[in-house]
Amino acid sequence: MPRINSASELEELRKGVLSKRDPDKPCIAICAGMGCLGLSNGRVISAFEKEINKKDLKTKVDIRATGCHGYCEKGPMVLIYPEEICYVEVTPKDVPEIVSQTVLRKKVIDRLIYADPDTGEKAAHQAEIPFYKNQMRHLIGNNAKIDPRSIDDYLAVGGYSALSKSLLKMSPEQILEEIKKAELRGRGGGGFPAGRKWETARNAPGKEKYVIVNGHEGELGAFMDRAILSGNPHSVLEGLIIGAYAIGSHQGFIYTRHDTPQLKNNIDMALTQAEEYGLLGENILGSGFDFHVEVHLDIGIFVSGESSALMRSIEGNPPEPRPKYIRTSVSGIWGKPSALNNVETWANVPLIIDKGSEWYTSTGTERSKGTKLVSLSGNIVNTGVAEVPFGTTVREIVFGIGGGIPNGKKIKAVHFGGPMGGSIPESLLDTPLDFDELAKLGAPIGAGSMLVLDEDTSMVDITRYFLDFLSNESCGKCVPCREGIRQMLRILTNIRDGKGREGDIELLEEISEVTGAASLCALGKTAADPLLSTLRYFRDEYEANIAKMKRSAEKREL
Amino acid sequence: MGKHKKTSEIIIQIDGKEVKAAEGMTVLEAAQSADIFIPTLCHHEKLEPYGACRICTVEAEVRGWTKFVAACLYPVEQDLVVRTRSEKVDKIRKMILEFLLAHAPYSPQLQDLAQEYGADQDSFEKESSFCILCGLCVRYCAEVKKKNAVGFVDCGARREIRFIPEIAAKECHSCKECFPLCPTSFLQAAFVLTESLAFSRDSSPTALKK
Ligand SMILES: Cc1cc2nc3c(=O)[nH]c(=O)nc-3n(C[C@H](O)[C@H](O)[C@H](O)COP(=O)(O)O)c2cc1C
Ligand code: SF4
Ligand code: FES
Repeated sequence: MPRINSASELEELRKGVLSKRDPDKPCIAICAGMGCLGLSNGRVISAFEKEINKKDLKTKVDIRATGCHGYCEKGPMVLIYPEEICYVEVTPKDVPEIVSQTVLRKKVIDRLIYADPDTGEKAAHQAEIPFYKNQMRHLIGNNAKIDPRSIDDYLAVGGYSALSKSLLKMSPEQILEEIKKAELRGRGGGGFPAGRKWETARNAPGKEKYVIVNGHEGELGAFMDRAILSGNPHSVLEGLIIGAYAIGSHQGFIYTRHDTPQLKNNIDMALTQAEEYGLLGENILGSGFDFHVEVHLDIGIFVSGESSALMRSIEGNPPEPRPKYIRTSVSGIWGKPSALNNVETWANVPLIIDKGSEWYTSTGTERSKGTKLVSLSGNIVNTGVAEVPFGTTVREIVFGIGGGIPNGKKIKAVHFGGPMGGSIPESLLDTPLDFDELAKLGAPIGAGSMLVLDEDTSMVDITRYFLDFLSNESCGKCVPCREGIRQMLRILTNIRDGKGREGDIELLEEISEVTGAASLCALGKTAADPLLSTLRYFRDEYEANIAKMKRSAEKREL
Repeated sequence: MGKHKKTSEIIIQIDGKEVKAAEGMTVLEAAQSADIFIPTLCHHEKLEPYGACRICTVEAEVRGWTKFVAACLYPVEQDLVVRTRSEKVDKIRKMILEFLLAHAPYSPQLQDLAQEYGADQDSFEKESSFCILCGLCVRYCAEVKKKNAVGFVDCGARREIRFIPEIAAKECHSCKECFPLCPTSFLQAAFVLTESLAFSRDSSPTALKK
């Protein structure tokens, strides 16, 4: 690979990549995302390869194994370019027909296209399918166009132009200003302004500084970070390098899941390729800026995604949170200023630099700008990853994109943010997706998992499940969290099993007050949030369970 | 933290009393220097501050914001206002004590504090392990003795201390300096040590306890 030393060389290279690509040449893009992988799409991919070989079409047709297309419910997904014909639930058996009919003769195979489960209405193109139609896919849209293991694919969709602009045309201060003006807020849960965090790290004393990608994605029911990091790793890397330049950091870390080899493999490949092109390493793009990245695998417990625990883990220590009386952006890894952002946060950065903060802030709400990736799961027709502008109502997401509730059931609640989040009831579904609006309702958006619950769900059970999860996935260091969760879990188990006693709800509230105020890290501080939100909207369910117990006790006494 | 690097003087207020402190000091150190008592369980002068028991929780007011912080860790800063007792602080301490008394009801240190804060030792069901995981033995062995004969294993509700038999067999008999540090009156460390030396690895302590 040639090393690129300037902006013009980059554009030259891009032109070269594009010139070798005939936009009319058929390309079969098969989702190799984690969801479809589970649906044995590997067999579909090899069936396509075999078929193309057999028919001697290797020079006439491209095959691309891509990242997640989002619509995991209908996987394995196959997109045929240039027409963008979309086939769902494809099996190896369908492959010869797809090649002979669609790829060669441009004929749509009716039985493989999407059909609306209610109306039967069919849609042959991705953009016509309701799941996609109502989205705004700024971040995940490129997944279907990119083989994550090919940097040329990323260059073909305009990749690394934001990096070139940043390093060669902008000062670090200008980038900082642009990110601040874009009002980019962290997507990992807290919604903290990224520009402010970067500025703190930039201004913190010390020469050595670090930037970090949080790719732990421990939130239950969240799978959008994986979709981006494994499906389009260069977009995250590009954001990270730009951030490093703005902050004045020369060393980055990507902290990612140990249990998903595909993630690490794709990231490693991206780093190697970027380095070969001179987009990473010494003297990037001839700008004089040096930056290196190391990949770290997480420790498989939930708390290792918490910023200070993650940093300890990178240092090689057990992932125990540290009190953050001094912010990690001032004193993080080895006591050095460390700016940590979520995968999705970093992926937004090239977009902002490329298109400008004005363009960026034209999407979203007053205080939540841009788009948000959400993972839909639970009692919902379309499980998958969707991307919507902030401000889209929860109802639009669940019904417009998610296709509503299966089996003719009614919706009861939507739970946001996993074990540190909260639920909103049906009556509040018209709330817009917005950091502050949802937080006000006691259901902060978290990282973006949306667990949809139907009328048969017991909210006591769900709450108990989250606390059970936390009791295993916290570090266990501090008393209010470890013991508070233990006791709350015990009480909830009793209530669930019909052994609840009068006064239990009040005791739960008292414990939650103490864990919330006195725990060391945000895990303990918010461990009772699902409990508090379900007590806020579904208190009657707790009371009914306890009353049942009282009635049967009275009966026994009679 | 804890080691006073600089000497620039900071004035803070603790329980209405003006206290002079040096930069780098913790609230606990500042309070101790002014003879103001803040209870501690996991703190030890020879060890790095740890912040696990949270019994030292106090109310800290900074620029109009009130928050609950661990005094053993929180660094002093100019104009900081600290309240070592308040309704909420007492409530927090009472519940922490009740949590811990479910493990170690006979600990004199816990009983004394329970009296002060009105904690009821029967608030919660008794637990099988009497360790309160203050980490004094673990940290003393690591930081002072530099032997790491005892450590934490597992996480969350399953966290426990365990002696590493290979190291313990060599080091512990002549030392046992961690025993008297234990706030549950060295029952736990003694128990786990004996157990780890007496039984092979497969009959794990957890299995035995049940
Ligand atoms: C217990 C716990 C687990 C967390 N897990 C994650 C995670 O898996 N991924 C993530 O991005 N942030 C996670 N966070 C939030 C991080 O601490 C941190 O705020 C975030 O990575 C900062 O990035 P952002 O500002 O871009 O959101 C977690 C926080 C806590 C308290
Ligand atoms: S709050 Fe929970 S997870 Fe956080 S330090 Fe304390 S025990 Fe560990
Ligand atoms: S003494 Fe401060 S947390 Fe234990």
